[in-house]
Amino acid sequence: MTKIKTHVLCCGGTGCKASASDEIISTFEKLLKEKGLQDEVQVIRTGCFGFCEKGPIVKMLPDNTFYTQVKPEDVEKIINEHIIKGRKVTDLLYLDPENKQHVADSKHMGFYKKQLRIALRNCGFINPEDIDEYISRGGYEAIAKVLGEMTPQQVIDEITKSGLRGRGGAGFPTGVKWGLCAKNQADQKYVICNADEGDPGAFMDRSIMEGDPNSIIEAMAICGYAIGATKGLVYIRAEYPLAIHRLQVAIAQAREYGLLGDDILGSGFNFDIELRYGAGAFVCGEETALIHSMEGKRGEPTLKPPFPAVSGYMAKPSNVNNVETFANIPIIITKGADWFASIGSEKSKGTKVFALAGQINNVGLIEVPMGTTLRDIIYEIGGGIKGGRKFKAVQTGGPSGGCLTEKHLDTAIDYDSLMAAGSMMGSGGMVVMDDTSCMVAIAKFYLEFTCEESCGKCSPCRIGNKRMLEILNKITEGNGTMDDLQELRNLAAVIKDTALCGLGQTSPNPVLSTLDNFWDEYVEHVVDKKCRAGVCKKLMNYVIDKDKCIGCGKCAKNCPAEAISKTSYIAEGHKLPSMEIDTTKCIKCGACMSGCKFDAISVK
Amino acid sequence: MAKVKSLAELKAMREKLQSNLDLREKSNNPDALVQVKVAMATCGIAAGAKQVMEHMMEKADQLKLSVVFTQTGCMGYCHAEPTIEVKVPGKDPIVFGHVDNKRADEILEKYVMNNELVEGIIPVNYEKI
Repeated sequence: MTKIKTHVLCCGGTGCKASASDEIISTFEKLLKEKGLQDEVQVIRTGCFGFCEKGPIVKMLPDNTFYTQVKPEDVEKIINEHIIKGRKVTDLLYLDPENKQHVADSKHMGFYKKQLRIALRNCGFINPEDIDEYISRGGYEAIAKVLGEMTPQQVIDEITKSGLRGRGGAGFPTGVKWGLCAKNQADQKYVICNADEGDPGAFMDRSIMEGDPNSIIEAMAICGYAIGATKGLVYIRAEYPLAIHRLQVAIAQAREYGLLGDDILGSGFNFDIELRYGAGAFVCGEETALIHSMEGKRGEPTLKPPFPAVSGYMAKPSNVNNVETFANIPIIITKGADWFASIGSEKSKGTKVFALAGQINNVGLIEVPMGTTLRDIIYEIGGGIKGGRKFKAVQTGGPSGGCLTEKHLDTAIDYDSLMAAGSMMGSGGMVVMDDTSCMVAIAKFYLEFTCEESCGKCSPCRIGNKRMLEILNKITEGNGTMDDLQELRNLAAVIKDTALCGLGQTSPNPVLSTLDNFWDEYVEHVVDKKCRAGVCKKLMNYVIDKDKCIGCGKCAKNCPAEAISKTSYIAEGHKLPSMEIDTTKCIKCGACMSGCKFDAISVK
Repeated sequence: MAKVKSLAELKAMREKLQSNLDLREKSNNPDALVQVKVAMATCGIAAGAKQVMEHMMEKADQLKLSVVFTQTGCMGYCHAEPTIEVKVPGKDPIVFGHVDNKRADEILEKYVMNNELVEGIIPVNYEKI
């Protein structure tokens, strides 16, 4: 029998799938067969590698060659050159933006150097649809250890000792949460996995479920044993079809192996998991709203207490944890709480997965130890700002978080430092902005999102946020006053104090943090009626430089509002009269400027 | 599929399955392992490099040696094909020429396991960048 000499790992995450990774895989399989290499080369569809900016990714093992932006037509070249002749295909290698050199080995790429992958340990390494691969990496040994050697209380103590805190945003200690639920007696309890990832730009949980679904199943079973529950429910949004599919496959395989179901590993412990689909409402990420949605009721939050640990799903004690929190559980059990607690900062242990997005070179999924600085994340891992522009702000924590600025770049990020800086960890979305972003418009964007997603049950959130949004609209349209800025602060304080659930209580954060960190920009909008980033359309005017304009008339042709006409002024050296824009007719679409070949049109 | 009934069964299963992932696990930290590069250009293949690589992989398994095998292009020693480069952690790589199955066994048993030099070493007198 011939031995397999090369493994080809091809990303099968949603991002890479969208750029034809399925076709790459099938081309590999087809061509390898044609060339008689199917017994020597194994092609594996994995989860996300994280380096989505340069997807689709194809990784060759054992020599760790990392091919980026591979197209189906490149496959033949990879086979002929790399697999048959042992030569790397240089033009598909990652190009280091700094020294312009090709990097063959992913270990030497800036993007991976500072990362530590715990929750993502199997993502991009195993085939998520093959439980055998998970098992051969030590999978399901944690549940076996728990069932065989530990009492439920020992499990809870171990998780508490590890210092693991909830990765969904607020950072509540996971072990304590389990302990609360374990205390309550009931004929039925539930373990709930919150996979309702809703922050704009966040895809951490999706990638974990797509890349390593078995780790979630194993962790939920461990939690079930610890709190005395035999039923697990995953609340997942219906717009994650691939994650749903992978979870279903993993659950079916685990059942076949008897790792879910009755009498798991001969221990007498029963546990099974079902999926529940959400319709994608942001508020359903809040645990009480999530539970109501699962019960078939409206996805509206209720006051806590009673906490779900006392009265949750179907009024039974329930424990709700986020996907990433669960992904950490099995490895804490196998490697021990002390190992986990040795990673991270004083009060935040372990690592955090972030979805890096925005104006940054390396958009993607990263995992770093708690306590890594924003500078390391943005410049070392993220590769700096796109186009060499100036860094302006980074938004963390989604609609509940805030914007951090240059002065926060050296902050070691963890739950507490982010909170102190006026933002929050959130679920891990990280949107980087450069000087083309208007901070008032950013605050408005997040508030629009909250207004859209507010369930409307309590008036501070439903009406208060609406009023704040109106004020922001007024400001971006050039009608704001200094009193409005004060009014924003007043409203924010009231909403924070009085809203019913986490969504409402944190919704003013994007406004407050931009008011604190970018006060000048607000004042400019209000007093000078200017938007320095050129984003707020009502505050900008397109102007034609009459000395640069050669009078070709292209702008007038492009203008959909017929706002551009000829003047009588002919600049020196030009033959035709220059053009001008009637600002009362102008709709500020920018079509004139993008069409002008002579750089004669600018925004003032 | 049979159900897994105990931790022991799970571990046995892992043991059995592990070899499928062996190649991937090894590539996580290749510098800590013995690395063998087999020159696999046209001349190397013609001289039997494929069979030798196959044989060596099996032999390494038998000897329970953790070795990362990679295929590489022409090393330039066409007079001495098949050629392989062996790098033991902490040592300079050594290139062996005219490697047949017998010599491959020798290299693994004597050089890799006991640090004895064997015949067929090609002096390397160039620098790699």
